[in-house]
Amino acid sequence: MTTALTLTNVSRQFGETTAVDNVNLSIEPGQFVGVIGRSGAGKSTLLRLINRLIDPTSGSISFQGSEITALKGKPLLQWRRDCAMIFQQFNLVERLNVLNNVLIGRLAEHGFLSSMAMRFTDAERAMAIEALDRLDLVPQALQRAGTLSGGQQQRVAIAKALVQNPKIMLADEPIASLDPANATLVMNGLKQINQEDGITVLVNLHTLDTARAYCDRIIAMRAGRVFFDGTAAQLTDGVVRDIYGLEGLREFNEAVTSTAVREMA
Amino acid sequence: MAITTDPGFIPQGAPNTVGEFEVEFADQRRRARRAWLIGSVVFFILFMVTSWLGDFFRVTQITMPDGSREWRWVIPAGIPRLGEFIVKTIPELHWSTLGADFAHWFWRWQIWLKLLFETILIAYMATVLGVMGGFLLSFPASRNLAPNKWVLWITRRYLEIARTVPDLVWAIIFVYCFSVGPMAGVIAIALHSTGALGKLYSEVNENIDMRPIEGVKAAGGTWFDQIRYGAVPQVMPNIISYTLLRFEINVRASSIIGYVGAGGLGAEFRVAMSFQEYTDLSALFVVIFVTVMIIDYGSEKLRHRIIGMEGVRA
Repeated sequence: MTTALTLTNVSRQFGETTAVDNVNLSIEPGQFVGVIGRSGAGKSTLLRLINRLIDPTSGSISFQGSEITALKGKPLLQWRRDCAMIFQQFNLVERLNVLNNVLIGRLAEHGFLSSMAMRFTDAERAMAIEALDRLDLVPQALQRAGTLSGGQQQRVAIAKALVQNPKIMLADEPIASLDPANATLVMNGLKQINQEDGITVLVNLHTLDTARAYCDRIIAMRAGRVFFDGTAAQLTDGVVRDIYGLEGLREFNEAVTSTAVREMA
Repeated sequence: MAITTDPGFIPQGAPNTVGEFEVEFADQRRRARRAWLIGSVVFFILFMVTSWLGDFFRVTQITMPDGSREWRWVIPAGIPRLGEFIVKTIPELHWSTLGADFAHWFWRWQIWLKLLFETILIAYMATVLGVMGGFLLSFPASRNLAPNKWVLWITRRYLEIARTVPDLVWAIIFVYCFSVGPMAGVIAIALHSTGALGKLYSEVNENIDMRPIEGVKAAGGTWFDQIRYGAVPQVMPNIISYTLLRFEINVRASSIIGYVGAGGLGAEFRVAMSFQEYTDLSALFVVIFVTVMIIDYGSEKLRHRIIGMEGVRA
């Protein structure tokens, strides 16, 4: 039995366009994987396919030997709990307070009535506060989520993902809407969770230097296909040029697209 | 590291782009003006045709003061009759006997007060039932939230039927079913409110931000969880606003529904009309007007307070 997350010949079409085209991947537990590529290369679709927010047109996704694409009903909800998802726009409920937003991560364990009444146990609340504490957000726990800054909201989203007790964490451009300081906080948070909890992290990024700095493994997508799969060191300028189609640029400079904090010389 | 991009990479506009824009802009304006002209001509013609069909241009025979009969356009011929009616309903009030005159005007005040109380209770209960029905059905009736198109279709048709039939007609039906009394009125207004509120609520639902819903779904939430956590907090202020507005409308509806025997003040209108007690009509009008005014004022205050509160549980 394999413990890896395995994608076999996975494709997804939207009308005429093929967003994800015959992708084969195997992701080992505990890896920190970055997915890079141009806008529209199929990075988001790939993550959504894994979480089953969308269904593949063809192919198979399996985890620990069980087929993910066949899941329905309760097992599907439990799978979504097992692979927590973080979004570019945070996707929090702005009119609920931070604590309740984090507790949304516990809903897969709840029955109909306790969920509708927003009744959570003390143990769950303790869990949520613990997760918020790891991300330094306990003082904001009773504030409405909409009143927080973007960086704080994204960390709330990570806390929500943590209380799901996930095996995999999927992050779809988690720092694309953040300023450099907050982007660093969020990426450090993900890295810490990866190292301390051993949770597999699969993160879409559009900044190359971030991918190089944090990821054990980088996967590049181009027109729905996996174009490159290797370490940061193997990602040479020539490969980058092919990934982004930068033939028009004489010299490509990663610092231009960077959102990392760095001293300007 | 220096930033070295090729200056040739920046796209340079062709020299005649401004000229092209001018032509396109003039063309667009011409088209907009023509569409507006055609639209107003069509509107005017339709308006005149419907006015004609609605007898607005009818000429009728009226009796002149000297007894002769003359042909007149219906509108100036009919307006004096409105004055006559109003004069009939106005009671005779004299300063010297004001108390007694008032007592005479509101001679049935004990009955009216009891019926007014019943009227408000009918409106209250009908609003509560209507809100429960409309709220629950508004989610499957929203295009963006419905679990599938069959559920969407069925709930939408149900809400349409419920609100297309006026509450007065529902009242006639339920008086037939459950006999004369406030129960028929409650069910009639509740059903109509369900349809009207379900529609309004579902339109609110269709304008929400879908990202929180996706956030709940991605965490393993059921469809109900997605609605409860993702949608309900977003729509709550509008739901409360529409609900209080509906209560105001329902007070008006329940004050007339008694006309067909479904409880409340409406029955008194019928009694007054059939006994030709025209001053009773103005008294009833005053009673309803004052009640509606107080309720409107109160619900507006409440609405602003609730929206201002922005509760934690929302």
